[in-house]
Amino acid sequence: MNKRIFLDPIFKNNPVSVLALGICSALAVTVKLEPAMVMALSVTLVTGFSELILSLLRNTVPNRIRIIVQLVVVATLVILVDQILKAYAWQVSKQLSVFVGLIITNCIIMGRIEAFALSNKPFPAFVDGIANGLGYGIILVAVSFFRELLGSGTLMGYPVVPQKWYAVNGGFYENNGLFILPPMALIVVGLIVWVFNAQNDKKVWNK
Amino acid sequence: MDNRKRNGNVYTFIYAAIMVIVVAALLSFVSQVLKPRQVANMMAEKQQSILRSVHLEGNLYERYIRDTVVGPAHLALYICTLEDGTRKYIIPLAGKGLWGPLRGYLALNGDFRTIYGAVFDHDAETPGLGAEITTAAFSDSFRGKSLYQADRFVSLSILKPGKAASNPNAVDGISGGTLTSRGVENMIRESLEPYLPFFKHYE
Repeated sequence: MNKRIFLDPIFKNNPVSVLALGICSALAVTVKLEPAMVMALSVTLVTGFSELILSLLRNTVPNRIRIIVQLVVVATLVILVDQILKAYAWQVSKQLSVFVGLIITNCIIMGRIEAFALSNKPFPAFVDGIANGLGYGIILVAVSFFRELLGSGTLMGYPVVPQKWYAVNGGFYENNGLFILPPMALIVVGLIVWVFNAQNDKKVWNK
Repeated sequence: MDNRKRNGNVYTFIYAAIMVIVVAALLSFVSQVLKPRQVANMMAEKQQSILRSVHLEGNLYERYIRDTVVGPAHLALYICTLEDGTRKYIIPLAGKGLWGPLRGYLALNGDFRTIYGAVFDHDAETPGLGAEITTAAFSDSFRGKSLYQADRFVSLSILKPGKAASNPNAVDGISGGTLTSRGVENMIRESLEPYLPFFKHYE
């Protein structure tokens, strides 16, 4: 049971490629690998703990302000993460601070709280949150890998395309500027969703 | 708890009130506890930025840098005295990028005309595009550039990538980061202008 809760969101029910949640931030933070990884880690922690907390509170939350309570919990966690990073991991926090707003509005968090945490026990809810964060992270890392490699010729900031290949140095190669721009993120996400779902095709559509 | 009571007005109000108080107390407590460390981080970063603008790194701020103010407007100025006795004058920059504020330091040689070094930072520029202004590749291209044409202050132009190589008054911008590059250009001109009378006075 717990194994399925953990593995399904990563492959079979991936939040980005199958449930189409969190696409917006997957487009925004994937120009480079490093911020994409920081974003993936932060979203994983925030989804995990907000699902845990809301699952603990699930029998007390008044129905009419349900969404507000969820937002308060998520926003509080994001601010806590941001404050702690600012104090103990300054460099990471500088990368992350841009994306704090994006974490709060990340559809995956609210979607999973509504769909899972409010009707399940705390431990499965925590596992579900972590797994959905990781499923999101896999897509993010895959997209940013291609965008950084083909758009900037680097990975994690280190140059991987030999300098002498470049046209400015007398070679034949030029970075593809389109990969840096947002439209290419959409195309890469589309291709990854296609590849990802090709093997799931029958399972997803025939049921 | 039964559902009818859970949906009542009184319960909802009390729940919301308690939640807000708990969250506010928690956040202000955490903020108070962590503040000193955050301020220390910020100061350390500022000192490192100033050092990097004169191509130094490490725990050298006290040894090389002296801060002062100049002119009737008390403009901030950092003076760096290098080992060989030459002085570099570091001017803080502030301006607007595409999404948020830009900052930086510009180190001038003793003639107040040519650039010795520069560093830039930002709050919210796009990673991979505008955010590239923080890279050494960009800031190194400022070294040796001139702010003057003959005796006229022209500041620096930031041009399309590949156009600036031989122009002493221009540097290459960031591809895909045109608006941020333009922000850097405006920031340099606007931040330097108040200092011009002071430069004249020194010449």
